[in-house]
Amino acid sequence: MLYIKCPHCGMRSQNEFAYGGDATVKRPELNKEISDSEWNNFVYLRKSPRGKHLELWQHISGCRQWIKVERDTLTHEIFKTFKAEE
Amino acid sequence: MQKYSVFSLIKNAFSSHKNWDLAWKDPKPKSEYDVVIIGGGGHGLATAYYLAKEHKITNVAIIEKGWIGGGNVGRNTTIIRSNYMHDENGLFSEFGMNLWRNMSQDLNYNVMFSPRGIINLAHSDAQMNVYSRRGNSMRLNGIDAVLLNREEVKKFIPMADFSENVRFPIFGGLMQPSAGTARHDAVAWGYARQADSMGVDIIQNCEVVGFDVSDGKIKGLRTSKGDIKAKKIGLCVAGSTNILAEKLNMTLPIETHLLQACVSEPIKPILDNVVTFGAGHFYVSQSDKGEMVMGGDLDGYNSYSQRGNLPTLQHVLTEGIAMFPFLSKLKMLRTWGGIMDMSMDGSPIIDKTHIEGLYLNCGWCYGGFKATPASGWTFAHTIAQDRVHELNAGYSLNRFSTGHLIDEKGLGTKTWIS
Repeated sequence: MLYIKCPHCGMRSQNEFAYGGDATVKRPELNKEISDSEWNNFVYLRKSPRGKHLELWQHISGCRQWIKVERDTLTHEIFKTFKAEE
Repeated sequence: MQKYSVFSLIKNAFSSHKNWDLAWKDPKPKSEYDVVIIGGGGHGLATAYYLAKEHKITNVAIIEKGWIGGGNVGRNTTIIRSNYMHDENGLFSEFGMNLWRNMSQDLNYNVMFSPRGIINLAHSDAQMNVYSRRGNSMRLNGIDAVLLNREEVKKFIPMADFSENVRFPIFGGLMQPSAGTARHDAVAWGYARQADSMGVDIIQNCEVVGFDVSDGKIKGLRTSKGDIKAKKIGLCVAGSTNILAEKLNMTLPIETHLLQACVSEPIKPILDNVVTFGAGHFYVSQSDKGEMVMGGDLDGYNSYSQRGNLPTLQHVLTEGIAMFPFLSKLKMLRTWGGIMDMSMDGSPIIDKTHIEGLYLNCGWCYGGFKATPASGWTFAHTIAQDRVHELNAGYSLNRFSTGHLIDEKGLGTKTWIS
């Protein structure tokens, strides 16, 4: 069981959260010419590192806020959690 | 190589089975090979075997970080099927079914292929329509498919919950009678033994630490047992593809995720077929030893841990008990996890890369084991001929950027959407 410290609600079990994937992926900017390869990078390509991974989770059965979690993908150790905008 | 037969068994019985030959050698790496396959799992071993057998390329090494058969070829739930709707997957998998049917004879190793049939359960009229369409597509590709109504399903699995006041009542199912199971570790040993006998070096406990690439060409690789020159290198490391891709400065349409499975204590024969309860993220078969072999969803977040987490297992088994109430009486014998390459459209990649002489075999998601022979066969072809075979032409690396995704189920890594 993972225990994730929601920055709004405190420590909760993973059952309350939904996973949202890599948080470092940036959507191409609006109102700009965007190439196919930029869309490809954004939609499909992922580094998926072994080790520290910054990722999005949603506290879906709690405050329903999106948060960022820094977690080790090998040991599942959670180093830090942030509000989504931080 | 010593041929395994009833006569060799009797002969060796007279010497108390002390004089059997080693199944494969434990060589030191040479300084140069024509082809190096990275990854001594089912796919890597099969690739080396078909390189030697079909293309007469025998100056080949398999580099394995751990030991052969220690990864997903020994961690899966042994299901073999070709019940796909789209041509890319259906034709590829059905080609593999033919290799499965002859594998024990071909490898002189009993892989215990057991074509016991797979049933995908349906829970609404709409799902029956979808299965009818999928079954018809399968039959057009020469794959056997039978649409079962509720009563016909009941004849196969009378122990399932057929009551009507449940969340997912059984309306019927789609069956592929020729699908089945096989003894997964035997597949690894069989391919390894034959590949070794044709001159392939199987080098275990040898980790790849880097690659030599110059002028856009692969020159060789650096390993924990020294540098090895290679004209061609094939990556067959599902679960660790992203790690090696990083060493090659490549970013791939793949995330690495954890999938769990479990077996119960052995019981007397009760379930003849493989049954999937997709709506409940659960599937089950019964092994020859009598254990109920069960699995379901990914743990749901990026992971390189080969151990699972309880919430997913609890969810999968809750659904399993909903469909097969008798399972609640059983004790769990073992649970385990494996790490999967989850590609973004749920279908694999077998292709050349932008680096000349570097070939990629990855992205197997949930379906790597059944693909072992077809994957090895087509990957060997791709490496030997330096071009993809028509069977794996759809499994291209650039299909994501060109929009030619295989719309088999449209799941990929984003299982949290489903």
